[in-house]
Amino acid sequence: MQLDQLYQEIILDHYRRPKGKGLREPYGAEVHHVNPTCGDEITLRVWLVGGVVKDISYDGAGCSISQAAASIMYELLAGAQLSTALQINEVFVELMGSRGKLEPDEDLLGDGVAFAGVSKYPARVKCALLPWMAFKDAAARAAASDEE
Amino acid sequence: MTLTIPAGMPQYDDAPRFDVEKVRADFPIFGRAVNGQPLVYLDSANTSQKPQQVIDALAVHYALHNANVSRSVHTLGTEATEAYEDARAKIANFVGAPSPDEIVFVKNSSEAINLVAYAFSPRSEDDRFRIGPGDEIVISEMEHHSNIVPWQMLAERTGATLRWFGVTDQGRLDLSNLDELVNERTKIVSIVHMSNILGTVNATSRITKRAHEVGALMMLDASQSVPHLPMDVVAYDVDFIAFTGHKMLGPTGIGCLWGRGELLNAMPPFLGGGSMIETVTMEKTTYAAAPARFEAGTPPIAEAIALGAAVDYLTNLGMDAVLWHEKELTAYALDALVTVPGLKIYGPQIPVGRGGTISFSLGDIHPHDVGQILDADGVQVRVGHHCAKPTCARFGVPAMTRASFYVYTTTEEIDALVRGLEKVRKVFG
Repeated sequence: MQLDQLYQEIILDHYRRPKGKGLREPYGAEVHHVNPTCGDEITLRVWLVGGVVKDISYDGAGCSISQAAASIMYELLAGAQLSTALQINEVFVELMGSRGKLEPDEDLLGDGVAFAGVSKYPARVKCALLPWMAFKDAAARAAASDEE
Repeated sequence: MTLTIPAGMPQYDDAPRFDVEKVRADFPIFGRAVNGQPLVYLDSANTSQKPQQVIDALAVHYALHNANVSRSVHTLGTEATEAYEDARAKIANFVGAPSPDEIVFVKNSSEAINLVAYAFSPRSEDDRFRIGPGDEIVISEMEHHSNIVPWQMLAERTGATLRWFGVTDQGRLDLSNLDELVNERTKIVSIVHMSNILGTVNATSRITKRAHEVGALMMLDASQSVPHLPMDVVAYDVDFIAFTGHKMLGPTGIGCLWGRGELLNAMPPFLGGGSMIETVTMEKTTYAAAPARFEAGTPPIAEAIALGAAVDYLTNLGMDAVLWHEKELTAYALDALVTVPGLKIYGPQIPVGRGGTISFSLGDIHPHDVGQILDADGVQVRVGHHCAKPTCARFGVPAMTRASFYVYTTTEEIDALVRGLEKVRKVFG
């Protein structure tokens, strides 16, 4: 096992200086997700306006992988069209299920490609997915109230 | 300076000991590497490794004596039954049970605790097991989820109230409100003997005395203590203890409930099925006496026999020697760990009234990250909430890193842990 594949500099950077962290107003939906096996948790808010993800704000406690995943997700999805955000979400989930066998799409995933290494560590995949699953859940709830 | 202990006093060299290198040679797993490094297994509170003697007991049963128990007249069935009951007798002896019939084979400690919890109901004919609104169940804030959830479920089913002892900052049970907490309304007190997360070994005699004074039953979750210290259920004067085989060198899938024989026979069955009956008609069934009453269906036969082999192994080492070995390791580890900058230990900081299970945090580095870096060096520790979320919450952390020791642990392995923690600090510092 090559530890530097897991703890790539990009991941450690996002962990040390997370982007978009902290809960903000306004928001359309708030969710709280936990990883029952390790106790990591995230509270995540999504603000949707006319099909655009205006803001994603989050707070929580977790390992470097889950924290970096939230930070990178914020960079990728905040400001995007909801449909694009959900597409990127799907691609990321697929990457995490790939056990290191998928060549990640850098155009779509940006810094998220650094997580290709994480997919080789089955025990850590759930850490990486925690914020992404929270986003999917919150986006669906926010979409229900984003009528325009 | 040499300190001389006066003659006639117990001498340091009198402490019971065993040769740890000889012990390690019995465990084939120590022959393997992890991530190119020698295996440093510091997760025995999670599950212990198995000596060849236990692995052989499983294999020999299947290879030479395999048959179902308690129902056959043929030779193999007799051999299997004898080996199964012989294991029960060894285990009874190991925990000081007055009779082998007081040992009920279950799958694990969780099942043992559930079995006791399900004996309580509003319709129980025995007053000791009758429970309803107004009655109370007492646990503590340092329980494993297995000694919390079954009691919460019992409270939900019956309208009884669940109460608990707090935990002090030093990681000890707070007994300051013992007399108020355990009172005439209390039906059962179920407390962890040794905490799987803080390492605390709880002094139980005051609680036991109070429980019996008010007519309540007293149970110990001994999952972490039976593997590590001499247990005598009579001396502890409790009513039930639960423990599990895989934490004491035995296989998974086998655990034990010990209960006072008279109580076990006053309890209703937990699971119905084969082997637990006295007689069955289409209208009605009467039940066998304990322990058969609680062993419905074909039990984990090979696992029970192999647990007997594990008990033989521990008995040969001597539980006093096991206790002393771990006390020395714990003292060494506590001293070594405090040298790591930013490391904070949760639970007793001194090797008194505690066992060889030490949980800690390292600055604000998440335990997952600590465990991952250690793993790259072959060091296997547990990270997370250790199935004791309320205890983590008590100390204000979502997760901890835990190193736990056993008969095969060496001081060199604790050194490897400390070196690994330095590496963690470099990566995340």
